[in-house]
Amino acid sequence: MLTIKLAFRNIVGAGLRTWLNVFVLSFAFVAILWIQGLINGQAKQIMNLMIDTELGGGQFWHKDYEPFDPLTLEESHGPVPAALEDLISSKRATPILITSGAIYPDGRVQSALLKGIDPDQVILDIPADILKKDSPVTIPALIGTRMAKQTKLMLGDYVTIRWRDIHGTFDAADIQIARVMNTNSPAIDMGQIWLPLDRMREMMQAPDEATLIVLEKDIQSVPGGSEEWIYRGLDFLLKDVVEIMKTKTASSSILYALLMAMALLAIFDTQVLSIFRRRKEMGTLMALGMTRGGVIKLFTLEGALHGILALIMGAVYGIPLLYLTAVKGLPLPTDAIDQMGIAMPSVLYPSYSLWLIGGTTFLVFITVTVVSFLPTRKIAKLKPTDALRGKLS
Amino acid sequence: MKNNVLIKTENLVKNYPMGGRKFTALNDINLSFNSGEFTGLVGPSGSGKTTLLNIVGALDNPSEGHAVVIGKDTSQLNHRESAQLRNEHLGFIFQTFNLLSVYNVFENVEFPLLLLGMSAEDRKKDVLQALEWVGLSDKVKSRPAQLSGGECQRVAVARAMVKKPKIVLADEPTANLDAANSYNILDMMVSLNKELNSTFLFATHDEKVIKYLRRVITLTDGKVVQDIEKTPEPNNA
Repeated sequence: MLTIKLAFRNIVGAGLRTWLNVFVLSFAFVAILWIQGLINGQAKQIMNLMIDTELGGGQFWHKDYEPFDPLTLEESHGPVPAALEDLISSKRATPILITSGAIYPDGRVQSALLKGIDPDQVILDIPADILKKDSPVTIPALIGTRMAKQTKLMLGDYVTIRWRDIHGTFDAADIQIARVMNTNSPAIDMGQIWLPLDRMREMMQAPDEATLIVLEKDIQSVPGGSEEWIYRGLDFLLKDVVEIMKTKTASSSILYALLMAMALLAIFDTQVLSIFRRRKEMGTLMALGMTRGGVIKLFTLEGALHGILALIMGAVYGIPLLYLTAVKGLPLPTDAIDQMGIAMPSVLYPSYSLWLIGGTTFLVFITVTVVSFLPTRKIAKLKPTDALRGKLS
Repeated sequence: MKNNVLIKTENLVKNYPMGGRKFTALNDINLSFNSGEFTGLVGPSGSGKTTLLNIVGALDNPSEGHAVVIGKDTSQLNHRESAQLRNEHLGFIFQTFNLLSVYNVFENVEFPLLLLGMSAEDRKKDVLQALEWVGLSDKVKSRPAQLSGGECQRVAVARAMVKKPKIVLADEPTANLDAANSYNILDMMVSLNKELNSTFLFATHDEKVIKYLRRVITLTDGKVVQDIEKTPEPNNA
């Protein structure tokens, strides 16, 4: 307690130098929390968005389905397994049939993914109910804004599509754009046309078939897979996003290291200067009866108190700042969302977990203490008589 | 008051390495000091006064021989025990005052009591008393930078005396003071010596200090060349 009191008196007595160090360190502390909060919030929002619009609570894939290889689509379909029929009929799972085809906007040809979805599905956040207005002659289609921009199609436009059924026969039909949806998930937009599942099955000559089956979120028990249908859990489906976030965290670590290095260098410099400038004071403390260990403890604690003051100062301006960004969010420009290529929220809400705050606080305090202690090791070799003369032995 | 031996040196030698050779700062010093003494080690620069004071103050160890201070052989003490001896029984007064610049007068004087683990109430009482001894009761909140040299040294005296130590070691205490302040400080020390029966041991070559001493030990080239008792001649000016 005595040492803490003395250390506190000393660093407060040091005036401006102390407060400058404390400010730089608190800035590093708040910046680390803010950036890491943004990354965490972004990861959480991306995953939620992907789950809501694309992945559901997991999927069953036809054994030949490989989303990154369009050539597999011709073969990757099969009858919906009996084990999933109950889930599908109770709207806790929804089948999707996918094939590759071509679209002819303004006489040009463009490849497209044709996806059949149940208009009554409630699992994915896709406005599929618009596909209900099915007539025997017109096939309603749902596209995203990116696809609309790419094909220059607008609401109500007719366009010809061509595809091959499961027997290899080419066929073509006109579709009408029933809605252009605005979505933050390019995975359900870019190069894709959503059609009613029943019409799609007719077009493909594949009654009751699907390419994949999306399960509801938070599903309690997942039916067992089969040789034909393989279960893909969220761990598998979100693997790429997790990897992207890891890379992002790693690259932001460089920034943390720079920020911390800047702050720690200031404290290290102060400590080294203290050891050299305050030798006489150390000698006096020893003459007055303080042990060498006590002097080391005092000087280390002085450095470590910079960390504590920085945490307090950081809390004073950091809490309102972080709270404000967490509540209001940070709007992202549309171009930035499209450039990411993955589902991205339009407003980013940082997420600060207790683990993040506690971990960062601990990290700052420990590194400051270590950096404060390193120069004080010189004191262990200090002879009181030399110190009193202002010499460093 | 009964006078007993507080400090005893036996065949004390202190050598310092100097290049490839050794320099002998103290050579075969045999002295003893009783409680209540007002004694000075005098001699020219380099004669070994400060070295002897440092060894007696457990700030340094002898190369040979022993210095027994309040029954403890300083050469046998570890760092912690030396610090404890200084903390409990020794007061130091330095030529350059050595006040802690970020503390005010009260805090500077309070410091040795904090190390002794005294309660806040007792500390306050003792500090105010010590400041009264040195006539600085009105400067409690001042920082060393706001004080004159004489006032700084009075704070240093209060800091040394606040714990009523058995021994006070003063290294050239008047070297940075003018004549008036020097006499003022010395008068104060004489009165505290009488009041508290603390042993005062000076290292000095200042004639003003020497006039006040009751015992003068002259050192030359690390040896005691004279050890005389004398009648002090306090300043009558």
